[in-house]
Amino acid sequence: MEHPVGLQIRGGTKVYPGTRALKSVDFDLRMGAVNVLVGENGAGKSTMMKVIAGVEQLTEGRILMQDREVHFRGTDDARRHGIGIVFQELNLFPNMTVAENIFIGREITRGGVDIDMEAQRAATRRLMERLEHDIHPDTPVAELRVGQQQIVEIAKSLAQDARILILDEPTSALSAAEVEILFRVIAELKRDGVGIVYISHRLEELIRIGDYITVLRDGTITGARAMAGVDVPWIVRNMIGEASKDFAKEVEHPFGAEIFCAEDVCLPRAGGGLAVDHVSLSLRAGEIVGVYGLMGAGRSEFLECVIGRHPHATGQMAIAGEPLRDRSIAGRIARGIALIPEDRKNDGLIQMASIRENMTLSSLGRFTRLFHMDLGAERRGVAEFVKRLTVKIASMENPVSSLSGGNQQKVVIGKALMTTPKVLLMDEPSRGIDIGAKAEVFRTMRQLAAQGLGILFVTSDLEEVMALSDRIIVMSEGRITGEFDRGTATETAVIAASAPGQGRPAQELVA
Amino acid sequence: MSHAATHPPTGAAAPNLGLLVLKARTFIALILVFAFFAVAAPNFLSAANMVIMSKHVALNAFLAIGMTFVIISGGIDLSVGSIVGLCGMVAGWLVLYGVDFGLGWSIQFNTLEICLIVCLVGIAIGAVNALLITRLNVAPFIATLGTLYICRGAAMLSSDGRTFPNLNGSAEYGSESFRQIGAGSLLGLPISIWMLIVVAALAAYISRRTPLGRYIYAVGGNERGAALSGVKVNRIKLFVYMFSGFCAALVGLIVSSQLVASHPATGETFELNAIAAAVLGGTSMSGGRGRIGGTIIGAFVIGVLSDGLVMMGVSAFWQTVIKGLVIVAAVVVDQAQQKLQARVALQAQAALGK
Repeated sequence: MEHPVGLQIRGGTKVYPGTRALKSVDFDLRMGAVNVLVGENGAGKSTMMKVIAGVEQLTEGRILMQDREVHFRGTDDARRHGIGIVFQELNLFPNMTVAENIFIGREITRGGVDIDMEAQRAATRRLMERLEHDIHPDTPVAELRVGQQQIVEIAKSLAQDARILILDEPTSALSAAEVEILFRVIAELKRDGVGIVYISHRLEELIRIGDYITVLRDGTITGARAMAGVDVPWIVRNMIGEASKDFAKEVEHPFGAEIFCAEDVCLPRAGGGLAVDHVSLSLRAGEIVGVYGLMGAGRSEFLECVIGRHPHATGQMAIAGEPLRDRSIAGRIARGIALIPEDRKNDGLIQMASIRENMTLSSLGRFTRLFHMDLGAERRGVAEFVKRLTVKIASMENPVSSLSGGNQQKVVIGKALMTTPKVLLMDEPSRGIDIGAKAEVFRTMRQLAAQGLGILFVTSDLEEVMALSDRIIVMSEGRITGEFDRGTATETAVIAASAPGQGRPAQELVA
Repeated sequence: MSHAATHPPTGAAAPNLGLLVLKARTFIALILVFAFFAVAAPNFLSAANMVIMSKHVALNAFLAIGMTFVIISGGIDLSVGSIVGLCGMVAGWLVLYGVDFGLGWSIQFNTLEICLIVCLVGIAIGAVNALLITRLNVAPFIATLGTLYICRGAAMLSSDGRTFPNLNGSAEYGSESFRQIGAGSLLGLPISIWMLIVVAALAAYISRRTPLGRYIYAVGGNERGAALSGVKVNRIKLFVYMFSGFCAALVGLIVSSQLVASHPATGETFELNAIAAAVLGGTSMSGGRGRIGGTIIGAFVIGVLSDGLVMMGVSAFWQTVIKGLVIVAAVVVDQAQQKLQARVALQAQAALGK
């Protein structure tokens, strides 16, 4: 089937102060097809999409639609040309409801003044049905999990009847089942002739869904072709330009004694019921346990219970056999628990503070005598961890917000490690970082485990949980619904256990 | 976000120099204001005028130091002006009457004890502010607005709106030295300036070299993130409001000692001057950013400006307009600095090739 070209970039160059994000790129966007875009963080994918969506303007070069040159001075211009974008960083108003967010700036009104809430609610309900998500239109966005918020973002673009839809890492916070739903929606849109640009770091996913692929490296296009015959090594070769950085190979080491155990941990949900429902598990020193489950399965909430974020959580926990009674986060960090949160921007880092200040925030006691901080010792400590974790920084005094996602994540990991934890809790440790940084994060996790840390990590990435875990725990609806050893785990079994509704195999999910 | 860079950042030196000028802008402004009045106002540079002016500045600087911590932590303290008034009344009451339980005898205090009690009153009001904000979840603006009215009302009630006159103290009770707080001097500098130096040095030390200071910045920068990193957010907020109350109590003491009287309306709108000094000194109203040194320079700019304008005979109405213009200009320049600073950091990061 021939797909007409709906939008072209010719000789597109984008210069930011001090850096060239795009270097004379030629890009064809085909309608009725999924145009996949891949590259490491900072390769220029997001910049190229921002140019198409009118967020940024090209420094040089032209954008053509139907062979006519177009200029997008802002997102409104682009929207008038039928271009919709779902950003990687969510752009929602947490204080407003789902319906209000979806129709923000384009409210359905009576006579241009009075907002027709009923019509907006009805339209939202239809969109949610189409996306197969049970999210009430009147729910404030702040009460939704990150994955659900992503669904709302997608619904927002769908509501605009976009002819070209750009999805920047739409699945980074979605679980396997939700990804399937999204893929069905994408297939539907394709049939309607919508041109879709799809950016993701999940290579298998790209190969599955894409019709055309474009690979970017350092602002230039290193490969562009139809998807037929493309495999992971081809993509990786074009992305990195050298031999693939594989996930670190397993270093076999014996596990130690039980270092952490939780019994009957429960957390009430705001709307009634339990977000975490009698979860019990144990972790041995040197063991990596992967917690897999759908969004809203209570995985993140469980980790938050362990670190002490929810004072009303119940249940017992113990570190190396010693019961954990201190309910404060500071007390639990002191006992050897450290959390790497899912939401790096809002929970993990103080964006305006420097790299140094972020890294030592949890462990200032290390550099303090009585009340006096030794800033020299602090700098040496940070320098050591920067080196150990190979964080790429110009200066440790720069704000942490100047770093790329992968390097920011390393700073968060550094912060956790500086507290010399016994148990490391990692919530989606690879979210939104490129494969190079991902491999390094995984290698670090393996090394830490080999040094005797117990690691409990949550992920929505099946491949990741299979590759990295010594043991896999599957959660669904707040409960543990499956536990697999490295040897016995199969993708089918893990997915089946993660499906809501106990033990019922989810046929359509088993790909 | 960061971008892959293959060519070195161009013109990196120019923005760095510009950045330096921008960073030192309040200081440069202070020098300019000083130079201007030295030429325009006769007697401006005389030693007597310098001492008077620094005494004026000190009052605002105390409040501004406390306010800086509060603002850095992401809050606001509107009650400081009223705490000044109430603490002044408490000091006046203690000097005149001591504490009378209505049992036919009263307890009298010496100067040191009076100072301690007054400071404790200020700290206690700060603690009430903090508890309202942390335990009862009242927004800082509203909570401190409430205590603003309560304290002002209490100050009025204490004397039915009248002034406590003649706070000379008595040698019998050891409170005759009360006047020295405002009038005395040591090595040629007024006592209140020495106090300011001590408090400012302490505050600067806390902010730069103690975990407490680091946590204040962290709480203001990202409260959720700080809490998840093990910072005891409520304790930090308790400290900043208590410290702000303490600073206000000092001002109450100094004012009533300087005037040898306490008036319940003392300190009205002082909170706004304190906020202005902090903002002028580069403190971000959204929290997480600010310097004690900057605030003190900010307080000096405002103080020098108003005293200098008075000496030049500029009308009070124009003074107010000029003060407002200076504050607005300061914030505009601050935004420019933030932008430039972010760009320089991005360039340095881009130069790494990633």
